Amino acid sequence: MATRHDTAAPPAKGGAAPGRPPGTTKTEGPMDKDERRRARQSRRWQRDVRWSPYAFVSPFFLLFLAFGLFPLIYTGWASLHQVELTAPTEMNWVGLRNYTRIFDDDFFWNAAQNTLTIGLISTVPQLLMALGIAHILNYKLRASTFYRVVMLAPYATSIAAASLVFVLLFGRDYGMINWGLGLIGIDAVDWQGDKWPSQIAVSTIIIWRWTGYNALIYLAAMQAIPQDLYESAALDGANRWQQFLHVTLPSLRPTILFTVVVSTIGASQVFGEPLLFDANKGASGGAEHQFQTLGLYLYEQGWVNQHLGRASAIAWTMFAILIVIGIVNYVISRRLRASS
Amino acid sequence: MTTTDTPPSAPTPAKEQKQSRLPKAARAGGTLHGGPIAYAILVVFTILSLFPLVWTAIAASRDNQRLAQTPPPFWFGSNLFKNLEIAWTDANLGEAFLNTTIVAGISATTIVVLSTIAGFAFAKLRFRGRNAMMLLVIGTMMVPPQLSVIPLYMMVAKLDWTDQLQAVIFPSLVSAFGVFFMRQYLLQALPDEIIEAARVDGASSWRVVWHVVFPAARPAMAVLGMLMFVQAWNDFLWPFLVLTQSGNPTVQVAVAGLGRGYTPDQSLIMAGALLGTLPLLLVFAIFGKQIVGGIMQGAVKG
Repeated sequence: MATRHDTAAPPAKGGAAPGRPPGTTKTEGPMDKDERRRARQSRRWQRDVRWSPYAFVSPFFLLFLAFGLFPLIYTGWASLHQVELTAPTEMNWVGLRNYTRIFDDDFFWNAAQNTLTIGLISTVPQLLMALGIAHILNYKLRASTFYRVVMLAPYATSIAAASLVFVLLFGRDYGMINWGLGLIGIDAVDWQGDKWPSQIAVSTIIIWRWTGYNALIYLAAMQAIPQDLYESAALDGANRWQQFLHVTLPSLRPTILFTVVVSTIGASQVFGEPLLFDANKGASGGAEHQFQTLGLYLYEQGWVNQHLGRASAIAWTMFAILIVIGIVNYVISRRLRASS
Repeated sequence: MTTTDTPPSAPTPAKEQKQSRLPKAARAGGTLHGGPIAYAILVVFTILSLFPLVWTAIAASRDNQRLAQTPPPFWFGSNLFKNLEIAWTDANLGEAFLNTTIVAGISATTIVVLSTIAGFAFAKLRFRGRNAMMLLVIGTMMVPPQLSVIPLYMMVAKLDWTDQLQAVIFPSLVSAFGVFFMRQYLLQALPDEIIEAARVDGASSWRVVWHVVFPAARPAMAVLGMLMFVQAWNDFLWPFLVLTQSGNPTVQVAVAGLGRGYTPDQSLIMAGALLGTLPLLLVFAIFGKQIVGGIMQGAVKG
């Protein structure tokens, strides 16, 4: 697929192709000059072909090095130091003390647990619904573009705007959701104060914003499934539910794995939704930290308690968790490939 | 068709069982027309998707007192423009819009240009270390930027960039996703023969990029630009850390600041949220089809 451009010019075109100096060795005056010019051109040409790819990728990598890789690694260095927010350039070596401090902190484990449960409550229903919607969108539909665009509207809404609206909708006394529950005889739920309701509410914001986006990704994968797979399944007498189970789902496996990985990474980073869900408590994630995530805990340690070193230790702990997730994902995808 | 494993069950419309008796039309692929139940489910999801947005506008058109009553309002009141005006001044939204447009514009433009050039190199040029570098790009897509904020914050503090736009602009200039996206597009959209023809004509690599790659990549560049603009516009954590509501806020910082004020006026908060969301909703209303196409294109792996 990749072309070797240095040999791209066919010899038939002869001297017209740069990079192919004519094979003459005669030493006539004007020809000599011409030949040297061609040789020079050819050298420039080869330099161009050899080095321009690096020139093309280097701006990306330089910026990535400066604002991505270096900060990520430096976070590990900072996590071994005492660094205060008020003087972020003064660093005192403390070894692993930041790590022992956070591992001794009950709020760290609380935040880790909340991150896991909010991650599960938000990701699992979200992806299942996205799969169902994608399946429906895969039919021939009137105004299909309309539905696709509408389902992206939540994705266009920022975390800040979405969270603020849902705070009102989930209000305990005057919120629309409790009002609706009241109509069918359910008592008002304290969506902010109680642990599970608050986690469900925060997860709802995430589900609302991302379901349509994931549905589009599934839809794209569904449209890439060859029709004859369905035809032969239909010939074998498979009904549509069986076709969904035995044709659609297996073909979607790589895509499903991809969305699970991306959603898991996203879930490990949840920050804005719980921060804004209780604006008065802010970084603590509710009065009893009932919906404080690791992202929020990092912010609280770094910017409220002003311990940037400790916050770095949290960041690297999160990084370690992601690496574990990555390895698990790699093992699973290899198993899947081997089994199919 | 002898798949033996049992994949996890998913919520599926009841219509599948119902229509399975039609053997000839019983294909679940994209050629079958959706029945009334499919439309019913889509309508429900349409309402769920749009309702919070519409209700933002309804709440913004009321006053704080009305929002503290049951039942909650279901239709528009008369305070919309008054609230929008107050929110606009209170939250410093005029400046915030200008700031966010600058940040998102520079970020999206830079990402698109750099990603196209790098994506072209990865898709069509051959060089030592190409595969390893591409793996690095894919690997970095998996590392969330949130984990890097602390050293970036230290950098910003050292450079004295707090409350200044460049603090937000610089870290937003690269996107591994962008490189991946452009590579995928150029792999199939740019025939090798065209590059070769340009080469034979003696074009240097930069001329090839300018005269061949950019024109061929234009549709994907537009889509990537829109996606990156949306992302930069909605970015929250990093601007929230380095910008404050009083000095150079982005829209998200300003809107979040409204919600965190003391004795908040809910209708004003909703007015701010509405103002912060409207520009992107407009973009989606106009370019929705292209954005949908772009997301679906980026999803299919090549």
